[in-house]
Amino acid sequence: MAESDNIVVETAEKIFADLADPQTVNNDKKDSWQAPLWQALSEAGLPLSWVPDDLGGSGASLADGFALLNAAGRFAVAVPLAETMLAGWLLAQAKIASPGREMTLLPASPKDRITRDADGALSGRARGVPFAKAAKHFAVLAHGKDGASIALVDASKGRIETGLNVGYDHSDTVTLDKVQPVTIKPAPKGFDQTTLMLMGGVARSLQIAGALEAMLDISVRYSNERVAFEKKISKFQAVQHNLARLAGESAAALAAATSAADALANAKSFDDAVYLEAASAKIRCAEAAEKGGAIAHQVHGAIGFTLEHILHRYSLRALAWRDDFGSESHWAVELGKLIANRGADELWPLVASR
Amino acid sequence: MTAALRFDPIRLPEKCEQLRKEVRAFLAEEIAAGTFDPHKPNREDTDAPEFSRRVGAKGWLGMTWPKKYGGQERSFLERYVVTEEMRVANAPTRRFFVADRQSGPVLLKYAPENIKMDILPRICRGEICFAIGMSEPNSGSDLFAAKTRATKTDGGYLINGTKIWTSSAHIADYMIAIFRTSQPTKENRRHGLTQFLVKMKQPGIQVNPIGQITGQYEFNEVVFTDFFVPDDHVLGEVDGAWKQATSELAYERSGPERFLETYYVLTELVRAVGPNPDTRSAEGIGRLVAQLHTMRRMSVSVAGMLQAGKEPVVEASIVKDIGTVWEQQLPHRVRDLAAFVEETATNRETLERQLDFAIKTAPKLTIQGGTTEVLRGIIARGLGLR
Repeated sequence: MAESDNIVVETAEKIFADLADPQTVNNDKKDSWQAPLWQALSEAGLPLSWVPDDLGGSGASLADGFALLNAAGRFAVAVPLAETMLAGWLLAQAKIASPGREMTLLPASPKDRITRDADGALSGRARGVPFAKAAKHFAVLAHGKDGASIALVDASKGRIETGLNVGYDHSDTVTLDKVQPVTIKPAPKGFDQTTLMLMGGVARSLQIAGALEAMLDISVRYSNERVAFEKKISKFQAVQHNLARLAGESAAALAAATSAADALANAKSFDDAVYLEAASAKIRCAEAAEKGGAIAHQVHGAIGFTLEHILHRYSLRALAWRDDFGSESHWAVELGKLIANRGADELWPLVASR
Repeated sequence: MTAALRFDPIRLPEKCEQLRKEVRAFLAEEIAAGTFDPHKPNREDTDAPEFSRRVGAKGWLGMTWPKKYGGQERSFLERYVVTEEMRVANAPTRRFFVADRQSGPVLLKYAPENIKMDILPRICRGEICFAIGMSEPNSGSDLFAAKTRATKTDGGYLINGTKIWTSSAHIADYMIAIFRTSQPTKENRRHGLTQFLVKMKQPGIQVNPIGQITGQYEFNEVVFTDFFVPDDHVLGEVDGAWKQATSELAYERSGPERFLETYYVLTELVRAVGPNPDTRSAEGIGRLVAQLHTMRRMSVSVAGMLQAGKEPVVEASIVKDIGTVWEQQLPHRVRDLAAFVEETATNRETLERQLDFAIKTAPKLTIQGGTTEVLRGIIARGLGLR
């Protein structure tokens, strides 16, 4: 586990440890942990980390915000922290101030599109929108005749069909039908839906990496406690090798995600190299969620398959996060097209440029 | 929290990119001059002594070592760039690779000064080739079962026994080997082995080539019969080789050679599918590239930790485990994806020839230099499981 080396992460980890302890949360059938957790996060300015001071946020760096999301993954945090951060970031791209409280962003899939008509009204359907039901506002990327715009929309103006993702978190369908936004401004030059999806994908990658770190940790701990055939199961070579593979998947996810976060935090433009980093992170972290999660469950046996145990809070969420902002197969196709289009002899120079 | 794995996003410094340009220009010249064909990983003439000297003349061998031994005192990250560019180009590095990566650093740490002054500059000039004498007929992964004896005699040791699977022994000028100087003790079964520098091509050493399933003859059986090694060729502590073996492993295990060995088939697949791939090919290539990029970022991260003076043994083992399993599977995935490539693809023959060789190479990748099983054992120990 990486020690936190910045104040944003330290603050967040303290709040998570106090108010989002996975076992406490898991035992709480009434979700009474949610309100105090959100309040503490808000008071610390964390949901608006990526919003500059003059737009109502706390103005943390992209790098600190990504590190915060990695920490949130380690606690399987199930409030719209990442979503509000991303929504605030999107609004800030167009210098739109963020209101307080929960937000999410539309669209959340590269396949969906919100359009803007001549009088500025927004229409379209966005599927798989995380925490839409909890959001008070939506940050929307919309396309009109004269290009992309970014808008702040009152959530009550949208029609929401609620749903749950595989991790039991809200993943809703939001339909906007000629909705007038609170504010709408042109997106910066070059900012498009791909930019937004890659940013969201890297955020999810860091959450997945965090969840895998936690899964490795609790799996190692469990294997050192659980006795079978008169010895700790950690002493069986088959179990050791499975855990070594889980460590490898966790390491790969962490490396891919932190590398992409570093690339985005230092990017001057969204060139092919940044695209490689961001798309690779989502692809590799999603693969790690599948392989690593399976091993964590295998080590835990039946107890890990129960609702009482905290493992599923990590394993199912990591699997669910694969779907947001473009699945790994979506990004693999897009990255593959990019590589093919650049040509065989340009593959290595691209990889080596990172 | 128990695990403490770190893979910080280390970036290669600017000076590495200048060096990369120089290495690429040099390799392009060598290719143009006909020294090697980058599309033929299965060349017959794996030994390229003149090429080795020219690499040495560039200052790219022993480049991290002190200047007084012929080195350049450059960083591990710069060496990393040279290594990966050579590997990707399929350059014939066999003659100098082991000496540069492994043998030189062992000598630097454990050899007496006169030997360092004699041998290290010759490695840096690309003049000499090293082999590693670890495995024996009854001692592979279980290194400490080695039986080849070094018996004390006047002024040195007499060596009797057999090393096996010794890569490049047929061309090597020197070998760094471990021999048994004492029996293991009850308390420590690893006790009793000593590391030696062996001058090859002498009476008392017989090198017998062993054919590999690729059709190549890169490894050998090396038989020692009353072969004399002088006292000053002992490297480090007598009976204490086990203490010396582990810290070097991070260097050996995390380099770009641990995931790039079959890389050429991916390049050739991209060439074969052309600029407008179908969905299946695009997805396949995208996943492979994402995996490749991730491993390289992990590997560079470990190189950065080594440069910072850390000993990331577990992280390095993870890189080798994931990297070698990947490069082993790569030719098979490429074969899957190539199955529907147009018959008219201009490089179809090249790709098929490369796949034939890569598929035959694949089984060794998870065995050489520490098997997958050994690596996972090391990782498990790092996780606190044993």
